[in-house]
Amino acid sequence: MAGQVDALLLFLVAVSVFFAGLIFVLVTVFAIKYRRRSADERPRPIHGSLGLELTWTIIPLALAMVMFGWGAWVYISLSSPPADAIEIFVVGKQWMWKLQHPDGQREINELHVPVGRTVKLTMTSEDVIHSFFVPAFRIKKDVLPGRYTTAWFQATKAGEYRLFCTQYCGTSHADMVGRIVVMEPSAYEAWLRGGGMIESPAAAGLRLFQQFGCIGCHLPDGKGRAPSLVGLFGKKVTLATKQTVIADEAYIRESIVDPQAKIAAGYEPVMPTFKGLITEDGLAQIIAYIKSLGTEQKTKAE
Amino acid sequence: MSTATGDGRTNYLNAASSVKSWLLTVDHKRIAILYLASITFFFLLGSIFAGMVRVSLLSPYGDLLQAETYNKMFTMHGITMIFFFLIPSIPAVLGNFLVPIMIGARDLAFPRINLLSWYIYVVGGLFTLTAGVLGGVDTGWTFYTPYSSTYSNTNVMLTAVGVFITGFSSILTGLNFIVTIHKMRAPGMTWSRLPLFVWAQYATSLIMILGTPVVAITLVLVALERGLRIGIFDPALGGDPLLFQHLFWFYSHPAVYIMILPSMGVVSELIACFSRKRIFGYGFVAFSSLAIAVLGFLVWGHHMFVSGQSVYAGLIFSLLSFLVAIPSAIKVFNWTATMYKGSISFEAPMLYAFGFIGLFTIGGLTGLFLANLGTDVHLHDTYFVVAHFHYIMVGGAIMGFLGGLHFWWPKMTGRMYPATLARAAALILFVGFNLTFFPQFILGFLGLPRRYHVYPPEFQVLNVLSTAGASILGLGYLLALIYLLWSLRYGAAAEANPWAAVGLEWEIASPPPTDNFDKTPVVTREAYAYDQAEPHAAPEVSRA
Repeated sequence: MAGQVDALLLFLVAVSVFFAGLIFVLVTVFAIKYRRRSADERPRPIHGSLGLELTWTIIPLALAMVMFGWGAWVYISLSSPPADAIEIFVVGKQWMWKLQHPDGQREINELHVPVGRTVKLTMTSEDVIHSFFVPAFRIKKDVLPGRYTTAWFQATKAGEYRLFCTQYCGTSHADMVGRIVVMEPSAYEAWLRGGGMIESPAAAGLRLFQQFGCIGCHLPDGKGRAPSLVGLFGKKVTLATKQTVIADEAYIRESIVDPQAKIAAGYEPVMPTFKGLITEDGLAQIIAYIKSLGTEQKTKAE
Repeated sequence: MSTATGDGRTNYLNAASSVKSWLLTVDHKRIAILYLASITFFFLLGSIFAGMVRVSLLSPYGDLLQAETYNKMFTMHGITMIFFFLIPSIPAVLGNFLVPIMIGARDLAFPRINLLSWYIYVVGGLFTLTAGVLGGVDTGWTFYTPYSSTYSNTNVMLTAVGVFITGFSSILTGLNFIVTIHKMRAPGMTWSRLPLFVWAQYATSLIMILGTPVVAITLVLVALERGLRIGIFDPALGGDPLLFQHLFWFYSHPAVYIMILPSMGVVSELIACFSRKRIFGYGFVAFSSLAIAVLGFLVWGHHMFVSGQSVYAGLIFSLLSFLVAIPSAIKVFNWTATMYKGSISFEAPMLYAFGFIGLFTIGGLTGLFLANLGTDVHLHDTYFVVAHFHYIMVGGAIMGFLGGLHFWWPKMTGRMYPATLARAAALILFVGFNLTFFPQFILGFLGLPRRYHVYPPEFQVLNVLSTAGASILGLGYLLALIYLLWSLRYGAAAEANPWAAVGLEWEIASPPPTDNFDKTPVVTREAYAYDQAEPHAAPEVSRA
C-alpha cells in the first residue's frame, strides 16, 4: 500500500508545484512589468472575464475530482484487509501498546511480524483515544475506548520500523512509541517458538466462558435460554427488531458489555451486562473463543 | 496614546481623554482600539508559549521543559492564539473600525452591544488567564474527549468556561455586522458596490453566528460530563467519544474560515489600491466568500478520516473538502489577474499582500493533501498538519491582519510609521515564517507526530531549522510592534488619504471625527473606481 500512497502523493506534489509556480511567476512578472513608473499613472480598469473565470474554476475542479477519486480508491483499499491475515489484537492504554498474537504470544510496544504476510490489527483502548501510526507503512488508525477499529499492512522488507501514538493522550503521549520488527518467515517462526508454552487466546476465552457462567445459557445445541454460539462468527443475525447485523467483533463485544442493545430474535432480554467485569484482553479472548467455534464459511463447508 | 492631529480638529481620539471615556465608549472606532490592545496582549502571550515550545524542541530529549509543562505550553499557545487572537483579530479590530465607515454609516447598528462584546471578551480572557495562572491546561486546544472530560487533571473547566464566554463576543460582533451591513448602507451603496472587505466581514459574521453556539454547547457538555459524570462522550459512562469530534469540528473547521476570510477581504483592498485597479472579477471574489462560508460548514469530517468514522462518511467529507478549495483558488487567480496591466507600487501593506498570496497558496495547496483520503491517513496528526494550518493561520490570517493594520494605521491613529522599517519587517516575517514552517512539512511527511515533547533524534536538524526560523519571525513581530508604538508619538501626521486609495474611509479625516461623516455620503461609483480617482489629492466627498 505504501507504494500506492506515495504515487498519489507525488501526483499531488506535482500539481501543487505547478500551480504554486504559476502563481509565483505571474505575480513576480506582473509586479516587475507593471511597476509604477510615474505617480500619475491611471491604468484602464478591467472588469473581468467570464471565460477566464470559467477556465480557472473548471480546470482546478476537474483536477480536484481526479485527486478525490484516486484518494478514495486508496482509502477503500486501506480500509479493506485481504483475507488470510495474521490477526493481532492491540490494546492502547496510557502510555503503552499491548499486542497479542493469535497463538497467545504477548508483546509490549513491539510487534514481531513475518515479511510478506498480511497483518490485520484489531484495536481498542482501555482509557482515552490513541492512534496507531507506522509511518513506513503509511497506515494510521485511531484506537478508541469502547469499540474496535482495524488496520492492516503487509511488510515487504525485513527491518525495524517506528510505531507512534499520534492521538494526543496525555502527559507521556510522546513516550507511547514502539517498533514493528519485520522478520524473515523462518526467523519469525523461531521467535514465536521462543515464547514457550502459552495459552492461546481461544483457550483463555473458553476458561472465561466457563468462569463467568456464559456456558449455562449459551448451550452449543441451541436448547438453552440463549442462542448457540457455534458457527456464529461472521453470520447474519436477525434481531428482535427484524433488523439484521453481522456477528463481527464489534457486535459480540457489544453483546457482552451491553446485552440489551441488540436482542437476537426469539430470545428474552435476560442476559446481565458484564461491563467492567471483563477486561479488554478478556473480551478479546472470549471473541477468539467464539471465533474458534466455527465461522460462517466453515459451517457452510461442513 | 497620543491624540494630536495635523490640523488640530476634534477627532474620535482627542474628543475625550479620561479612562472612563474609553471604558464606557460606544464609538465603534474606540472599541476597535480597545480590541486592538487586548488582542495584542494575547498575541504576545501566545507567542511566548510558542517560543517555549520551539526552544524545547531544539533537543530531541525534551531537556528544557518537563512533559507536563510542554503539553500545557502547546495547549495554551493554541487556545490563546485561536480563541483570543485570531478569531477576534480582523473582525473585532479592523472590521469594527471600518465596516461602518466603508458603508457610510456613523456607527454599528448596536453600539452598546458592541461595547458589551468587548467586555464579554475580556471576562472570557480573564477566566482563561486564571486557568493559566492556576497551573494551566493540557488537553490541546481541541479538548478531545474522553481525555478532557475524564482523564486530564488540569484546569479544563476554567479554560472551557473562558472559551465559552468569549464565544458570545463573536456572536454579538457577527450579529452587529450583519444588521449593520443590511440596514445602514448609505444611499447608493448597493450590494454590488460594497468593498470586498465588507463582503468578507459579512460572510465571516454568518459563520460566527451559526457556528459559535455549537462549540459553546459542546463545551457545556464536556463540563457536564467532567463535573457531574453525565455520560455523553466517555464510553465508560455510556457516551460516544466521536460525538465530541463531530460537534467540535462542526464549529472549529468553519472557525478556520472566520480567521482567513477577513484576511482575504483585506488583501482584496490592498491589491486594488496598490495596483490602482478595480478588482478583477469583483462578483466572483465576493460570492466566493459566501461559497466558502456555506461549504465550510459541510467539511468538518475531514478531521476524522482515521477516527473510526465510516468509510462512506469519509468519502463524502473528502469530496466536499475538495469543493471548498475551488472558491479559494478563484480568489487567488482573480487577485493575480488584478495586477495585470496595473500600476503596482511596493508600499509595506502591498508587501504583506504579496506575502499573503504566496503563503496562502502554499497553505491552500497543502490542504489538498489533507482533504485527500489516501494521503491524509499518513499525514494526519503529523507536523505536516501543523505546517499546513500555520501557513493558513499565520501566513494567511496574520499576514492579512498586519497588511490591513499597516494600510489603515494612518487612518486609525493619524500617524505614519517609518516606511522602510515596515518594508523590512514584512520581509523578515516572510523569511522567518518560511524557515519556521516549511521544514515542518518535511518532518510530517517523514512521520513525526505533532504534540511530541520528545522525538527520535533523526528529526533534530529540521526542528533546529524551524526554531531558528521562529526566532527570526519573533524579531519581525517585535520590530513591527516597536515602530508602530513609536509612530503613535513620533510618526509624521497622516493625510486623509496617504495611499491615494478610493473608498469612503479615505474621504474623511485621519483620524476620523467621532461621527465619521458630517453628512451622510451618497455613493455614485462602484468600489475600486481607481480610473476615476485623482491619483494625488484625496477625492472629493460626493454629497447629497
